[in-house]
Amino acid sequence: MSEVAIVGFGCVGFRPMTPELSYKELMYEAAVKAYQDVGINPRKDIDVFITCAEDYLEGFSIFDEFVPDQLGAALRHLFTVSGDGMLGLATAYMLIKTGQFDTVAIEAHSKASDILTYMDIIAFGLDPIFNRPLGGHPYYLAGMEMNRYMNDTCTTMEQCAQVVVKNKKNAIENPYAAYGANVTIDQVLCSDMLFYPLKKLEISTPADGCVVMVLASENVAEKLTDNPVWVKGVGWCTETPSLETRDWTRAEYTRIAAEMAYKQAKINTPWREIDFAEIHDLFAYKELQHMEALKLCKYGDAGKLIEQGATNLDGELPINPSGGLLGMGYGLEAAGMQKLLEAVLQLRGDAGKRQIQDAKVGLAHTWRGIPTATGAVAILSNIKRGEK
Amino acid sequence: MSEKIKNYPGEALETRVIKEGKVPTEKFRPRAKFAWSAGIAIGRFLDELKNGKIIASTCSKCGRIMVPPRVYCEQCYKPIDDWVYVKDTGVVNTFSVSFLAADATRLKEPIIVAIINLDGASEGMGIIHRMEEIKDWKKVKIGMKVKAVWKPLKERTGAITDIKYFKPVEDV
Amino acid sequence: MFGKKRVAIVGAGITLFRRNLKETGKELSYEAAKMALDAAGLELRDVKSVVMGSAPDAFDGVHMKGEYLADGAGAYKKPYTRVFVGGGTGVFTPLAGWWHVASGQFDTCLVVCEEKMSSCYPHPQFAFTTIFDPILERPIGMNLIWIFALEMNRYMHKHKLKKEDIALVSVKNKRNALDNPIAQLGAKITVEDVLKSEIMAWPVQRLDVSPTSDGAAAVLLASEDVAKEVTDNPVWIDGVGWCIDSTNWTNRDLYYPDYVEYAARMAYKMAGIKNPPKEIDVAEPYDPFDYKELHHMEGLLLCKKGEAPKLTREGVTQRDGDLPTCPSGGLLGCGNPIAAAGLMKVSEIFWQLRGEAGKRQISGDPRTGVAQAWGDLMQYGSVIVLRR
Repeated sequence: MSEVAIVGFGCVGFRPMTPELSYKELMYEAAVKAYQDVGINPRKDIDVFITCAEDYLEGFSIFDEFVPDQLGAALRHLFTVSGDGMLGLATAYMLIKTGQFDTVAIEAHSKASDILTYMDIIAFGLDPIFNRPLGGHPYYLAGMEMNRYMNDTCTTMEQCAQVVVKNKKNAIENPYAAYGANVTIDQVLCSDMLFYPLKKLEISTPADGCVVMVLASENVAEKLTDNPVWVKGVGWCTETPSLETRDWTRAEYTRIAAEMAYKQAKINTPWREIDFAEIHDLFAYKELQHMEALKLCKYGDAGKLIEQGATNLDGELPINPSGGLLGMGYGLEAAGMQKLLEAVLQLRGDAGKRQIQDAKVGLAHTWRGIPTATGAVAILSNIKRGEK
Repeated sequence: MSEKIKNYPGEALETRVIKEGKVPTEKFRPRAKFAWSAGIAIGRFLDELKNGKIIASTCSKCGRIMVPPRVYCEQCYKPIDDWVYVKDTGVVNTFSVSFLAADATRLKEPIIVAIINLDGASEGMGIIHRMEEIKDWKKVKIGMKVKAVWKPLKERTGAITDIKYFKPVEDV
Repeated sequence: MFGKKRVAIVGAGITLFRRNLKETGKELSYEAAKMALDAAGLELRDVKSVVMGSAPDAFDGVHMKGEYLADGAGAYKKPYTRVFVGGGTGVFTPLAGWWHVASGQFDTCLVVCEEKMSSCYPHPQFAFTTIFDPILERPIGMNLIWIFALEMNRYMHKHKLKKEDIALVSVKNKRNALDNPIAQLGAKITVEDVLKSEIMAWPVQRLDVSPTSDGAAAVLLASEDVAKEVTDNPVWIDGVGWCIDSTNWTNRDLYYPDYVEYAARMAYKMAGIKNPPKEIDVAEPYDPFDYKELHHMEGLLLCKKGEAPKLTREGVTQRDGDLPTCPSGGLLGCGNPIAAAGLMKVSEIFWQLRGEAGKRQISGDPRTGVAQAWGDLMQYGSVIVLRR
């Protein structure tokens, strides 16, 4: 059975704002970079194009109307997946596995700086009958979950704050990151208490950027590049949109998605078999909660591990070497692509000062943010089959 | 709609019943405000409109002169090569006479909207705009020659509406 | 046969289509999905993946409405994605379901399409203004009917057609809809009625247009092995095709839908169809306006450019003709809950090929059918070829 690989990418950003470019021009730049990375002509060589976008984050209905030209997809085969870029990867993976398509381009971007009422739009995603009428800033949901998570696992405020310190520090060495900085645990703990127990510095700030990736089937991938990054397994899952019936302490959507991906990638002991992980950290505590759901450690142990430095860049299992979303900036539906980007860089040996030695297998993970319980996981490797 | 299925679910309600509040409803007005960066191409287009001119961009590979202008040619997938002015006259490619406003309310005086292929641009390069100064809408024809009517300089803001409308070159 | 696995539709479900339905979007999704499962004799635990198709979030009034509808669509703790291509969604979503199964990733996929346009207050028409370019088009005061009127005028001009030729489609479809239990607007009208109806945006008159509606539909897809266990009468998805044209719709000659032709060619190639008018027994092209059925018939290569009105006049597209077209009553007769309407067409072909269409059944043992949907700013074509 043919394997699937990521053969190239292009990234613009991530920056706090991009007023000089329209979203179309932002996408054009990233797409051109991606196609040049691979050395292909999208007008002839790309079979399918996928854009990952949500109408209300763009400000137009039916967003795919405005996409084909800048990706080279005019009069070709493009569609929108209303979701995170990693759901686009899962779709591209399935398309190639049908045996009918050889090359697929996926795109996701954030033009957060164009959105004037971002929080109102997030609130607009709440159930209109049961939740929205209560009003309030929707991030109170994160505060509630953090509270429950800390209570059940005995994770401390300091351990959550350490995620911010680690990630912002990693981001300093990342040219694609918007908000790299040296912060201390005290600074995080003293930052404004916004949604108890969630503090200001623990929340990722949105940033603008666009990532385009090209995937190919095995034969084509090996012709196009000497450095394919193989997709060994994918998983994705929606637990439930209902706030009232979901699990508030464990990220079930991540656990189920991970199990699906691990099964496909034939991974039995994640902590040992994975060399690094890019985990969704829109809120600092989420990195810890997701780590446990990904079975990278026992339930409740994530806090201890970060305290011991096990997830630092030079630790046993580096987590978010890119700086995560806390360091790079929150790319909205492109968050999954930010994770995949770092995984590709690491596995190609192109991560510069952030390079993890001997990186062979990486994990990329995403969550669709408040108020969803939807996530996806991808296992990537620079080794094709069998040998480790 | 299989003959094996006898009942199809769904309880229909009349609009009147909903408007009269006889069914429990929840109302909400979203605050969704955006400020889209015009970017390089449309930014230039809007600036030129303020000057009373229409600008297009050209691709040396396919030779097209494209309006509205763009920074990449979507057919050749390469950056555009040059900027060039096109005329503010053109030919009606297709048109419609609308008795409906944007919110579906009925209009007494119709709005005439048309795609106008601009002179100086490549064949088929049209922009959408309104047509006015038409006494009898039944005389509007595809292929009619039209000319732009601009707002006076001090009223122009750099928007597509700096052109008030297009009018027929000959009386209609 | 193409692909790793052959994929079949094994069950379908649909709700009534009405201007206002009391049920919420979630409830509509549930009703349709449950009906499809019951028809196949399967339960939710047999469903391995779910795909949702729903058109602009602006109608339901929920951001990320794919997430909101997830539980209604049966996606509790399952891999779930939403695809969205404007009006083309209804036929595109089963294509997405197709690759879920054809890739070998899942054995079954539940495909649900839902639309609740009545939530948009005071009239759903208003939400359509957001599909237009905010800088170049919206300031002109765009109304959705205008783009169809512009296209209809161009089509009529190019082929020198009269309104009478086009009105025949409305008469045919509304009459067909009288035999459709879910139809909103089945009626016996004449060409005179159409020509005398209120002018909305010339040349579009009231009886040329389909209404806004609420409704949902669902189909259950299964791999060959599962399909053969579950039913004696699987209907195979033999061809899939989709295509999008450039955003610059004012730069194109609107008299012919290239994007439908390209999508059709993609689907016909996969299905091994070389002579569409001869090999296709029944067709459901997308008919939100009467002229669109003609426009799309030509794009589907069912006749030469400009020939569709002649075929309609000669009765070829009647239920007892050589190429029955829109035997369901189409959107003109059944109503237009955007995504659900497209899937209704796919379900109609499904039931026709199985001989279950009751009063609407076309005779002559139909074996091959095609359904098509259109979307965006005169840009999108999605095509599916079904075979028994």
